[in-house]
Amino acid sequence: MVKKDYSNVIEKIDLVAAKIYDDFQQTHIPSLNLPTRTKANIKFDDNLNVWKYGANTTERSAKSLDGAYMLLRTMYMADFIKEMIKINKSSTLREMYYISEGWDLAKFHSQQESNLLAEDLEVITSCMREDFKLRPEEDGARVIGNLTIEEMTRNNTKKKIHCQDDVGDAGYSIPYNVEPEKINIKGTDADFIIAIETGGMFDRLVENGFDASHNAILVHLKGQPARSTRRFIKRLSAEKNLPVLVFTDCDPWSYRIFASIAYGAIKTAHISEYLATPSSQYLGVTPSDIENYNLPTDTLTKEDINALKSELTDPRFQDSFWKGEIKLQIKIGKKSEQQALAKYGLDYVTDTYLPEKLSEMGITKK
Amino acid sequence: MAKITAHDLAKKQKEISVAEFFERNKHILGFGNQTRALITSVKEGVDNGLDACEEANILPDIYVEIKNHEDSECRLIIEDNGPGVVKKQIPHIFGRLLYGSRFHAIRQSRGQQGIGISAVVLYGQLTTGKHAKITSKVESDRPAVVANLVIDTNKNRAEVTGKDTVHWEKPTGTRIEVSIVADFKRGKKYVYEYLQSTSIVNPHAQITYKEPDGTVHLFERTSEVLPRKAIEIKPHPHGVELGTLIKLAKHTKARQLNSFLKSEFSSMGDRTTNAVIDKAGIEKTINPKTMTREEFLAIHKAFKKVKIMSPSTECLSPIGETLIKRSLKNETHEISPEFIITASRPPSVYSGNPFQIEVGLVYGGNLPKEEPVKIMRFANRVPLLYQQGGCVTTSAISSIDWRRYGLTQPSGKGVPTGPAIFLIHVSSTLIPFTSESKEAIADVEEIENDIKLAFRECARKVQHHIHKKVRRAKTREKFDLITRILPEIAKKSANMLDKPVPILDPIITKIMDIVWIEDIIEYEKVSREPVQTTLIGNNPEGQKSGGTITKSRIMVVNYKRDPQKFNLYAIIPKDAVVGTINPKPSKITSNFIKWNLDAIPPANKIDVIFELAGLEQGDFDENDLYIENINPTFVIGADKWEGE
Repeated sequence: MVKKDYSNVIEKIDLVAAKIYDDFQQTHIPSLNLPTRTKANIKFDDNLNVWKYGANTTERSAKSLDGAYMLLRTMYMADFIKEMIKINKSSTLREMYYISEGWDLAKFHSQQESNLLAEDLEVITSCMREDFKLRPEEDGARVIGNLTIEEMTRNNTKKKIHCQDDVGDAGYSIPYNVEPEKINIKGTDADFIIAIETGGMFDRLVENGFDASHNAILVHLKGQPARSTRRFIKRLSAEKNLPVLVFTDCDPWSYRIFASIAYGAIKTAHISEYLATPSSQYLGVTPSDIENYNLPTDTLTKEDINALKSELTDPRFQDSFWKGEIKLQIKIGKKSEQQALAKYGLDYVTDTYLPEKLSEMGITKK
Repeated sequence: MAKITAHDLAKKQKEISVAEFFERNKHILGFGNQTRALITSVKEGVDNGLDACEEANILPDIYVEIKNHEDSECRLIIEDNGPGVVKKQIPHIFGRLLYGSRFHAIRQSRGQQGIGISAVVLYGQLTTGKHAKITSKVESDRPAVVANLVIDTNKNRAEVTGKDTVHWEKPTGTRIEVSIVADFKRGKKYVYEYLQSTSIVNPHAQITYKEPDGTVHLFERTSEVLPRKAIEIKPHPHGVELGTLIKLAKHTKARQLNSFLKSEFSSMGDRTTNAVIDKAGIEKTINPKTMTREEFLAIHKAFKKVKIMSPSTECLSPIGETLIKRSLKNETHEISPEFIITASRPPSVYSGNPFQIEVGLVYGGNLPKEEPVKIMRFANRVPLLYQQGGCVTTSAISSIDWRRYGLTQPSGKGVPTGPAIFLIHVSSTLIPFTSESKEAIADVEEIENDIKLAFRECARKVQHHIHKKVRRAKTREKFDLITRILPEIAKKSANMLDKPVPILDPIITKIMDIVWIEDIIEYEKVSREPVQTTLIGNNPEGQKSGGTITKSRIMVVNYKRDPQKFNLYAIIPKDAVVGTINPKPSKITSNFIKWNLDAIPPANKIDVIFELAGLEQGDFDENDLYIENINPTFVIGADKWEGE
C-alpha cells in the first residue's frame, strides 16, 4: 500500500485561490464557475460508460450577496483543507461544520450547506473528498461472501479478513475509505454480487445461507448507498470481474438507488467513473414481478407518482426496460417491498424467486 | 266586563319623566350590562372633562380613578382642570337629563344631547342607592364647593343634600365621584383601551389613570396646542327638516322671506336665495311668520333643486396629520412599528352636514401577523369601542383590496389580516350614528367614499414606502458585501498564496454601479431666547421654553465608474422653517430646497446638510428627496423630480 501524495491536491486548491486573486488584480468581479449539478445537466460519457455533468455551468459571483458568501466560504474551506493536509489530520464533514463556527462571516447555517460546498469544491478541483481528508459520518455497509480483504488497520498493520470465516452474521463492515492505501481485494471465488437495499432482506439471505449455496457476495446497501459502498462494489466488480445485481423494493426511490450504483448519482456525477458500476443489472423487485408473482402491494402515493414521472424524464432511465417498467407501474398504481415475497414463506426468496430471476438474467444456469 | 271609556284611560295617562324613561331603557344609552356601564361612565366623565377644558382654553389634565372594594360595585372618580361649574348649575349639569349648552349649536363637539354625565349620576343612584359627590372650583383664590346630588326621577331635577367647601390645590376644576354597579374585572381591558385611544386623538390632553390595585397609567400629552375651536355655523339648507324650517321661521327676527333665508341659513347669498324663492314660486317679501305649511314645503323642496354652496367647514376641528402621526408614534412606541402613515381628506358634506375624514396606518414591528388588523374608530375625537361590524368605517375598509399592499385578505374583501393598526377619525357637526348609544356610524355613502379615498391614499403611500424600502434593502445588502465580505475574500485568497492583499476600490464601484443617497435625521433640543417677563418667578407653568431643531444630513456617494453631476431636491415639510443650509442651495421656495451639486468623482461622497425649526422630535423622520439630470435607475434613495 502506498503513502498518498497530496502535493497535487494542494496545487489544485491553490488554483482556486489564484483564480479569485487574479480577478481582484484584473479588476474583474471575483467569480468561480462550476458545472450545474442538476438532472438537466447530466450527459452519458461514452468513454467512461457512466453519466457525468454536461457543459452547463453555474457562476458563483461576488456580484450578489449569496455568491459573495459562497466565495468567502470556499476560500475558508480551501484554506482549512490545506491546513489539514499540512498537519496530516483528517476530519468528518460534521467536524468541519463545527469548525466553521469559528469562521466568522463565513460560517455555515447548516451542515447541509457545508456538505454541499465540500462537493462543490470536489467538482471545481476535480479532486475527491478523500483527497481533502474529509470523511462522511456514516460507514459503508456490510458484506458477507466468499471474499478475502486485506485492510490497513489503525496500527498500520495489514490484516486479512475472510468475509465469511472471519466475520459474524453482521458481516464485514466497509470502511469509509476503500482506496488502495486502505484496502486491497485479495481472492474470491464468488460468481456474482447481490446488492440488497434493506437490512431485513440481507439478513434473510444470510440466515438462509444464500451466499454459500449460490456462491454469492451479499452487500447490504442501507438505503441510498454511501460513496464507500458504491466505490467498494465498483472495485470488487472491476477487479474480480463479477456481475452486480441490485435487489431492492419496487418503488421509484429504489430505482434511484440502482441508478446511483449503475449510472452515477446526480449529486456526485463529477466522480461517477469512480463510483458507478455500469455493468450492474436490476434484479428486482420489478413492477412486472408484482403481477407475475402476485405480490402484496400498497397504493402509490402522490409523491411516488411524481417521482416516477420525474424518472421518465431522467436521462438515465431512457432505455426500453425502464420506460416499460415505470409506465407499467404508473398504470397499475401499486408498489411493493422486497419482503413482500415472504407471502409464500421464508425460504421462497432464496429457493424460488432469486434462482428464477438469476437464471432468467443468465447469471446462473437452470 | 265593564266598558272602559276614554275618561278611564285618561286617569292612567300621565307624563313619563325622562329619568324614569332612562331607568327602563338604560341599555339604549350604553348601560346595558355591568361591563358596558363601567366604560360608558368613564367615557361620559372623560368627554365632559375634555369639553370643559377646551371650552375654557385650558390644556386638559384628566385624572381617572377606579376603586373596586366590592365585586360588583366601583367607585369612579374623574377629575379635570377645567373652569369648574358654578354652584347653582351643579344640580342642572350633573343631575338633569337633556340639559346642556351644545345641543342647539351646529358645530363639532363630543357630546350633544346632554344625557351623558347626568346619566352616569342617575345610573349610580339607581344601582347603588349612593349619591354622587361633585367637587368644583371656579376661582383659584376661592375654596372648592362639594355637593352631594340626589336625583328625583319623577321631576327630572336634582337636589343637593349636603354642601360643603374644601381646600383644593387645583386652580380650577371639577371632580365627580360616583358609585356604580359595574364589572371591573371584565371592563378593565376596555377602560384602558378607551383611555389610550382617547389620548391618541386628543394629543393636547394628558390622562392619568389609577386602577383599583394602585397601578397608574400615564397617557402623555404630545401637543401643547389646543385644537382649533370649532366655530358654530347656521344650519345648511340641505340638512334642514321641514319642521325645523317652520320653527326657525316662527322665531326669526327677519320680516321678509328673503332676509329670513339669508340670515338663518349658511351658504345662502343673494343669488342662491332668489333662485330658491323663484323655484318655490313664492313672493320674496312675504313675512315668514305668516307662511302656510304648503309654502314652507315648496321652499323645502326648492332647497333640493337649487345648487347651494357647501357649508363652511370652520365648524369642524380635525386633528391634523402631524398630530395623528405624533400620538400614534407615542402610543405605539413599544410595538416599534416599521412606519406610520397618515392621510386626510378635504372637508365634505352629506345632507348639508359638513364632515371630514382623517386616517392613519401603523405597520409592522411587534404587531401580530396572523390576526385581523386592529381598527381604531373615532367620531369627533371620541373612541368607538363597540359594534365595529356595523360601522361604515369597517365596510369602507372591507371593500378595499388590501392584498396589493402586503396584507392578507381572503378573496380581496373583508377586514384584512396582518401586522397593522388602522385609525379613522370622522369629524362632523352631526355624526350619523346608527343608534343612541353612539357606537357605530351609519352607512352614509358620502362618508364611506371619503373613507375609502383616504385609505387608498394611505395604501399608495405604504406601497411607495415598501418599494423604496425593498430597493434600499437590496442595495444595503451590497454595501454589506462591499464593506465586510469582499475584503475578507481578498485577504483570504492573498494569504493562501502568500501575496499582498489586492486593491478593492475598482471592484467596489463595479459591483455597486449606483449613486447612493442616504439621510440621517437628528433632533437637537435648544433653549429659546429667554421670555421677557416683568414679574420674576411668575412664569406660568406649562409654558415651556425651547424647541427642537431637526438636522438632516444627506449623504451622496458616487459608486459609479464616472463622475456624476446632478441636481438634488429636498421637500420642506409643512409648518417647518428652514435654518442653516450647506452647501449653498441654488433655489429655495416654501416647499423645497434645490441644490445644483458639483460633479462627484467615482468612489467619493459629499454631505448636504440643512436644519429645520418648528417641528417636534419625531414629526419628521424621513426626507422626501428628488433628483434631476441623472437617470433615476442609477440612484438609490431619491426619486425622479417631476417638477413643482
